[in-house]
Amino acid sequence: MLWACLRFPGLAFSAAFAVAPEAGPSALLDTHARQRLIATANDEARAHGIRRGQSVAAARALCPALEVRPRDRDAEKRLLSELAAWCYQFSGHVSLVPPNAILMEVGASLRLFDGWPLLVERVTTGLREQGHPHTLAATPFASASWVFAATADGMVIPAREGVIRMLGALPLTQSGLPGTAVTALHAMGFRRLDDVFRLPRPELTRRIGRAGVNWLDRIRGHASDALPAWQPPASFVQKIEFDAELDGSQPLLFPLRRLTRALANMLAARDGGVQRFTLTLEHARGESTRIGVAMAAPQRDADRLFELARTRLERATLPAPARSIELHADELPVFRPPVRDLFEPIRGDGLDWPTLDERLRARLGDAALRQLTVVNDHRPERASRYGAPTVTVSLPRGRRPLWLLPRPLPMRPEPAAVLAGPERIESGWWDGGDTRRDYYIVKTVHGQHAWAYLPPGTLDGWMLHGWFA
Amino acid sequence: MNAALASASHNLAQVLDHPGIWRRSADRQPRVRALSTGWTSLDTRLPGGGWPQGAVSEILFEHDGLGELDLVMPALAALTQEHRRVIFVAPPYQPYAPALAAAGVDLRFLHEIHAGSTEAAWSMEQCLRSGCCGAVVGWLPDIDYRSLRRLQLAAESGDACAMIFRSAEHAAQNSPAALRIKVSNSDEATYVDVLKSRGLLTTTAPLLRMRA
Repeated sequence: MLWACLRFPGLAFSAAFAVAPEAGPSALLDTHARQRLIATANDEARAHGIRRGQSVAAARALCPALEVRPRDRDAEKRLLSELAAWCYQFSGHVSLVPPNAILMEVGASLRLFDGWPLLVERVTTGLREQGHPHTLAATPFASASWVFAATADGMVIPAREGVIRMLGALPLTQSGLPGTAVTALHAMGFRRLDDVFRLPRPELTRRIGRAGVNWLDRIRGHASDALPAWQPPASFVQKIEFDAELDGSQPLLFPLRRLTRALANMLAARDGGVQRFTLTLEHARGESTRIGVAMAAPQRDADRLFELARTRLERATLPAPARSIELHADELPVFRPPVRDLFEPIRGDGLDWPTLDERLRARLGDAALRQLTVVNDHRPERASRYGAPTVTVSLPRGRRPLWLLPRPLPMRPEPAAVLAGPERIESGWWDGGDTRRDYYIVKTVHGQHAWAYLPPGTLDGWMLHGWFA
Repeated sequence: MNAALASASHNLAQVLDHPGIWRRSADRQPRVRALSTGWTSLDTRLPGGGWPQGAVSEILFEHDGLGELDLVMPALAALTQEHRRVIFVAPPYQPYAPALAAAGVDLRFLHEIHAGSTEAAWSMEQCLRSGCCGAVVGWLPDIDYRSLRRLQLAAESGDACAMIFRSAEHAAQNSPAALRIKVSNSDEATYVDVLKSRGLLTTTAPLLRMRA
């Protein structure tokens, strides 16, 4: 077993600032405290001297530009499981360690990823691209990995002896022991874990309690960690509520990127794709706008999903400013990466048809792209229809023009000559679309060949219906 | 002196080897890859024997209904039968499915894009560039030189056959298209006239009579 632990020190910030990234000095408030106290501050705020536990008033006095937000614990939980979903591609056993850490068993997947250094690189690059600062460490014991992730980023210790030696050198404040236990041990003059490991067990239990001793056992691998495995969900729903109403599609792009990224992570975890999802924007007075995003084939690439959603969002007309955005995907079919023939030369952009189709639909709308099918009907205007083409068709016996006018028009001037005809088309008495016409192929004064008809038995009232283009 | 001359002519030979240089010489005929038009008498008049591939062909026609679309149908039918995509961009009327099917088009591989003029040029470029379309046929009455040039480049990069239908009024204008064909009617018959053809030695190609 090799447990890798990822810690996300900035997770609370990312969760609270989901709508727009924090810019400048910012801090989060602990909402549980009776007084409004600073829970965490970002680097810029810390540079101004803002510390955990300060009151908002004191912090504002130090830095008037400080942006303050309450911690959003629900959003933190969601973000953590979203990250777990992403981690699921590296390991079959991923476990959440709230509030901001994830454990994954990578011993079984090291071979698959060609060893620890390459695995770390993939994890680190992926998280950096998503903008999640993190630290990472791995040992055979989950709790020890959790401890080292905070103090020794990038470290991997494969053997038990090494873990115990490294733990021994750690100051008690970084051991993960409960605060009361650390205080008690400090009072006894202990500074490092080495000193504590040497104490007789009954003595230690009396001083720091069963919980403290149990923790020391777990980090040394004497006791096993019970780690519930995270399970990827069967559908995807995520919503981001805004503090203020956002007007127009431009400010929505940042939260949209977060949502599509989260969806992509979840799909990677399931090894699935998505073919259809819905964006719901809520406005004031309970109105909402629903935007459907459909793809020709299942997708799971984060950038592609974002681009598609963005084009749809930008084309949509929003009746009012938005208060929240939700992404909902129910259908998560199996994803098969497009297969290309090894010997087929790649031309131009090298797109396959589904991708091109998708790109066109995203910009032009679904209705703009269509196919033709032949319908077994004698009435010319019904014999051709937009829809999925069928393979077997029965064709009319007479010659038909390549262009059909959307509706017949009176023909001016009248035909110069009749080249063929008449062909009597009489049909539709059974469904109210009764048609009785004599069709001719005629020639105009300009030499054009046209398809025109007369009501049976008459010689004028020519109607133009098509061109032999 | 002689060495300098030799090196200069060597450089020149290198320049002339560039595929973008068209040489009018008998021993080095430029190779034009083309798609048979299906009209034997037209094929023999075109370099490579058909619609140039990876290039724009302009079909300038005087009126609707002179058989201008018939001119490209055999090539389009052949492409769809080989399961290659053919895209109609912004056709002026409804393409009539029974006639297309009768001309041999496999409708499963024919797609139509309904678009306004700017979107039409954009769509056509996307399709050409993608590399997954055999031919892209556009009705772009107002297209300008720059957009035509873009389409020419897109057709080259995607190795697709681009066909653009425009009014014969534009015949006098300059065009970057590799092939320009005019469909006109006179003396009771439709004539097909090659106005310009990249890689063709003689510019005065005889008229082809298409239908009475």
